[in-house]
Amino acid sequence: MTIFIYDHTFDGLLTCLFEVYNRKTFPDLLLKDGEPLPLFIDEVINIETFEEKHFRVWKGLRKRLSASALSNLTYGWLSELPGIDLLLLRYMKKVFDSPISIETNFADADVLELSKVWKKVNNERHRLLQFVRFQKASDGTFFAPVEPLYNVLPLTIRHFRDRFADQPWLIYDIKRKYGFYYNLKSVEEVTFEDETQAHLITGILQEDLIAKDEKLFQELWKTYFKAICIKERLNPRKHKQDMPIRYWKLLTEKQE
Amino acid sequence: MNENVLAKLKILAESAKYDVSCSSSGTVRRNQAGTLGNTVGGIGICHSFAEDGRCISLLKVMLTNVCIYDCAYCINRRSNDIPRATLSVSELVDLTIEFYRRNYIEGLFLSSGVVRNPDYTMERLVRVAKDLRTIHKFNGYIHLKSIPGASRELVNEAGLYADRMSVNIEIPKEENLKLLAPEKDHQSVYQPMRYIQQGVLTNKEDRKKFRNAPRFVPAGQSTQMIVGATSESDKDILFLSNALYQHPTMRRVYYSGYVAVNTYDKRLPALKQPPLVRENRLYQADWLLRFYQFKVDEIVDDAFPNLDLEVDPKLSWALRHPEHFPVDINRADYEMILRVPGIGVKSARLIVVSRRFSKLGFYELKKIGVVMKKAQYFITCSELPVRTVNELTPMGVRKLLLPTPKKRKSDDRQLVLNFEENTP
Ligand code: SF4
Repeated sequence: MTIFIYDHTFDGLLTCLFEVYNRKTFPDLLLKDGEPLPLFIDEVINIETFEEKHFRVWKGLRKRLSASALSNLTYGWLSELPGIDLLLLRYMKKVFDSPISIETNFADADVLELSKVWKKVNNERHRLLQFVRFQKASDGTFFAPVEPLYNVLPLTIRHFRDRFADQPWLIYDIKRKYGFYYNLKSVEEVTFEDETQAHLITGILQEDLIAKDEKLFQELWKTYFKAICIKERLNPRKHKQDMPIRYWKLLTEKQE
Repeated sequence: MNENVLAKLKILAESAKYDVSCSSSGTVRRNQAGTLGNTVGGIGICHSFAEDGRCISLLKVMLTNVCIYDCAYCINRRSNDIPRATLSVSELVDLTIEFYRRNYIEGLFLSSGVVRNPDYTMERLVRVAKDLRTIHKFNGYIHLKSIPGASRELVNEAGLYADRMSVNIEIPKEENLKLLAPEKDHQSVYQPMRYIQQGVLTNKEDRKKFRNAPRFVPAGQSTQMIVGATSESDKDILFLSNALYQHPTMRRVYYSGYVAVNTYDKRLPALKQPPLVRENRLYQADWLLRFYQFKVDEIVDDAFPNLDLEVDPKLSWALRHPEHFPVDINRADYEMILRVPGIGVKSARLIVVSRRFSKLGFYELKKIGVVMKKAQYFITCSELPVRTVNELTPMGVRKLLLPTPKKRKSDDRQLVLNFEENTP
């Protein structure tokens, strides 16, 4: 069994592909630095991430793939699914080895699998656009906690920036402990030194941080949410299918 | 904004909720630097789902539920003894903006009961939209109801601010409408529809000459028909939908299963449950018209005036026309592949691109997302054929595909189906 060990960054993965050609070998397993090795090993290769190498690979991919296929790779990576790196590595190798474009060859198991992963990640991205809920803080910032299944927050920033251009906002991933802050001019990725502040864990702004009208608007929204439902048509199954329970925790209208 | 808006919002949302349209699609409006909101790429976003499973995309509310009319099917008719309320223009504007800022909604869907006269009411609806757009620079979605009987001038002004406008037909046949809503006739519905249509067409010409001319109702118009309150057949309903879709500005026809809100009125049937399965079948038929290249008389005709409640209209068509099957997945035209039960628009497209690389078999079709349980009786592919609808007979296939009564889940009377624009 051949193993590549790398730093578990996307650039690192591109460097792995470089080494696949350089060393004329394909790994059976990709491991992160520090992960325990399996019992039977033939060869362990440490891959160091090199800018020169991953730039070259990316340039090659850009020549061979359409913009949407390139974004498939990013989406795949952000899925953080176990084994996704090996799948991406196989996919990218096929891109370089095949004389014609493999993008739409869904009879190929890897192409199909990646398109499925893309779909899952894209769904989660869309869910974020749907279910982000801002609370207004007393300093005027609109704060939204999120907890997406995949690491999709970066994929939504353009949308929120365009939509909420005249209000400062912070969208924070409470699971991955980072967020994006918009200051009316630009968006920055942020982390907080004190990750234990209550709203960074629960997602709920405490009384002392909340804007004066905020509670009223939350009440109005909850009232609206209840009033708009037609009792004769209750359909809990569809309700849960379209708005899965795992999002309820952070949905204003689903709070008591 | 204060506490008593809470009570008003409750009343006016409850009064507005029977209008089923919710979609916020059909416009792209970029954010103008430094202002609030945008309308994204043709598909609206559902921000929440009510417990009845319906998408909440817009703040759907009435300006007032006071009404001088007495339409039998409507909760707000003047003879009903219900709480009445009116929101002021500024309250509506504030609610919309504050909800929007919190990502609760895509925008506003505003309708109203008729107070004093149609123009008086329409004028206030227009004021809300105008304030949102001009004073608050709001770029979110606005859907305005056109009040039946409103003047052309007001409809034209509304169109400058609204993304979509709608006038509800409610009852497909005029004699039935007159029976239930003696103060209305089809003229009062079709007239504003024509104003909107003409407004859009004139605007198109203007925009050819002046590129900066404001857009007029860029997301077109929609309408709604109530299903099951009167005696119309599915054929009556779908033929009318089909005729409406011939007009370039008519984007959506909504079907609203009648909820018996006024049980005391003997002109109306006493339904225990709204006819949800029938409503669902109508939406499916509507899809066949809009996305599957079906002609309306292939779906319903004199011999077959009502949709089959047990199977969906596409399967129903296939069972009535076994002579078109089996379809060869690796060779047939896209149009024919689209007609196979169990193959949707997406799968059909995938099939057509994938088969260029290699022949497709059951395994690949399944992977592509084809519902093989249904499709298997209607196709041939690279594998040995199974028994198709021709060997098994349509009756036989029908039996195989009907859900066995024992396995049914308790709430199967409601099919889980989306009818928002983003799911073709
Ligand atoms: S005019 Fe509209 S609000 Fe008034 S009773 Fe008729 S349907 Fe209801």
